[in-house]
Amino acid sequence: MKYMCLAYLDEKKFEALTEAERNAFMDACFAYDEVLRAKGHFLSGEGLESARTATTVRVKSGKPFVTDGPFMETKEQLGGLLILEAKDLDEATQLISNHPGIAAAGFEIRPIADMSGALQASEKRRRATAKT
Amino acid sequence: MKSEDTTQQIYERVDAIYRAESRRVFATLIRLLGDFDLAEEAVQTAFAAAVEQWPREGVPANPRAWLVSAGRFKAIDALRRRARFDATVGEAMKHIETITDPLASEQPEVEDDRLRLIFTCCHPALPPDAQVALTLREVCGLTTEEIARAFLTSASAIAQRIVRAKAKIRDARIPYDIPSRAELPNRLDAVLRVVYLVFNEGYAASSGNSLTRKDLSSEAIRLTRLFLELFPDPEAEGLLALMLLHESRRAARTTPDGEVILLDDQDRSLWDGQLIAEGAALVRKALSSRRFGPYTLQAAIAAVHTEAPSSEATDWDEIVGIYDLLMRVDPSPVVELNRAVAVAMRDGPEAGLQQMEALLAKGELDNYPLAHSTKAELCRRLGQTEQARASFEQALALTSQEQQRRFLEKRLAELE
Repeated sequence: MKYMCLAYLDEKKFEALTEAERNAFMDACFAYDEVLRAKGHFLSGEGLESARTATTVRVKSGKPFVTDGPFMETKEQLGGLLILEAKDLDEATQLISNHPGIAAAGFEIRPIADMSGALQASEKRRRATAKT
Repeated sequence: MKSEDTTQQIYERVDAIYRAESRRVFATLIRLLGDFDLAEEAVQTAFAAAVEQWPREGVPANPRAWLVSAGRFKAIDALRRRARFDATVGEAMKHIETITDPLASEQPEVEDDRLRLIFTCCHPALPPDAQVALTLREVCGLTTEEIARAFLTSASAIAQRIVRAKAKIRDARIPYDIPSRAELPNRLDAVLRVVYLVFNEGYAASSGNSLTRKDLSSEAIRLTRLFLELFPDPEAEGLLALMLLHESRRAARTTPDGEVILLDDQDRSLWDGQLIAEGAALVRKALSSRRFGPYTLQAAIAAVHTEAPSSEATDWDEIVGIYDLLMRVDPSPVVELNRAVAVAMRDGPEAGLQQMEALLAKGELDNYPLAHSTKAELCRRLGQTEQARASFEQALALTSQEQQRRFLEKRLAELE
C-alpha cells in the first residue's frame, strides 16, 4: 500500500535556524531517506520551495483565476512530501515517527487511492463515446 | 439429531450461543475475511444456517468453530456471486484465495481476535467519538439505536460515524492486529480512554433516560473486565477499580427525584460494599505493580474516600499526597482544582481559597463551572457571602446540565 506523507511546517521557525542547525537537520533527513530506500519503503520524495512562492489557480465565474499564495492561509505550510510503501497504516506511522523531519514538521499521512479500476472504467466510457 | 433436544430447546441454545459467542465469531471472521461488513453479514448468515440445520442435525460439538466455518463459507460464496455480476470485484476474488481455513489455526487465535477487535476499534487514527461508537457496536454488540439513545443523539448520526470509521479502517488500511511493543503504551491509553469515556457518559451525565445511562456504565465495566481477561495490565486494573469505586456510590449520589447529593452529604450506608471491596483490592494490586498511571492514582483517591466512615474521618493528608503524585504523572488544571479542595479539607477553607484564587488567576479554568462553584463554596464557608454569590452565578451561567443548574440555584437561594 502506498502512503503520501505531507510534511507541514512553520517556515518562520525553520528559517530562524542557524546554518549549522539547518545543515545537521538536512543531513539527518537525507540519511533517513537512505534507510527508507534501502528497506524498499521510499518510493519518492520532494522538498518544496517556500510557500511564499506558491500560486493558486481556481475557477471564478467559469474561468481559471490565478492568485498568489498557498491554497490555505495557515501558520503551517506544506514543506515537502514523501511517498512510502508500507504494509498498513501502523507501519507508515512507525516509519514517519522515526523521521528526523518530525522535529520541525507535522506529517499528514494519506493513503494513495488505487485508481486502476476507475481508470479502466473511464477508458471504456471514453472509447464508447469516441465511436459514436 | 439428539432425541432429547426438542426443536424449541435447540432454538434456545442457539439464542444462548448467539449471546455468548456472536462477538467472538465476528472477531475471528473479520481476521479471516479482512472486512467488517462482510464479517457482520457472515455472522448473521451463519446463525441463520444454524437455526435451520441444528434442529435436523443436532448441535455440533464445537458450535463456535462450526459458526466460523459456516460464516467463512457463506462469505466466500457471496463474494463469488458478486464477482460474477461485477467485474470490479476482481479485487475481492483475489482476496478469496487468501482466506485461510479457520480450523487449521483456530483455537489459540480466537481470544487474540477479540483483542485485535478492541485495539482496532480504539485506533487513535479514528476520531474519538467514532472509537466510542465503533467499540460499543462491534465489541459490545449494542445496536446503533441503543448507542444513539445512550448518547442522546440520532441513530443516523451514530450510523454515519460507524460507516465512516469502517471506511477509514479499510481505505487507510488500519491493521487488524495487536500493536507492537513500541506502539503499545500509546494504544493502551487509547483503549482505556474509550472505556472511561463510555463510563463517564453513563455516570456523570444526568439528562435523558437514566436507565440507559446506567447501562452504559455497566457496559464500560464489562468491557474492561473482558479486556483484562485478554490483556492483564496494571493501569487497566486501576481503571476498573476507579469505575467500581465510583459505581459503588451511585445509589447515594442523587435523591429519588434526581437532585445531586455531594460526597459530604451522602448516606454512606447506601454505598455498595462489595464493589468497594473489589475496587480497593484492585487498587492495591495495581499500586504494588509500580507500573501504574493516572487512573490507578485516581482510584487510590476514590478508595481513601470510600473506605472512610465520614467526611471528617477521611485521611485528607493522604489524599493531598496522592494528588501531588497525580500532578507529577498527569498534570492538569482539573487535578489542581481537586487538590485545592483536598487542601481546604485538610488545612481549612482559607488555605483552600488561596490556592483556588491562584489557580483561577491562570485563566485555564475560566469556562469550567466547577472551578467557580468550588470557589463559591469556600467563600460561603468563610462568610464572604457577596463573593460566594458572584462565583455561584458565574458557575450557573456556564452550566448547561439540568441537575447541576438546579443544584446551583438551590445553593444560591440558601445564601439569602
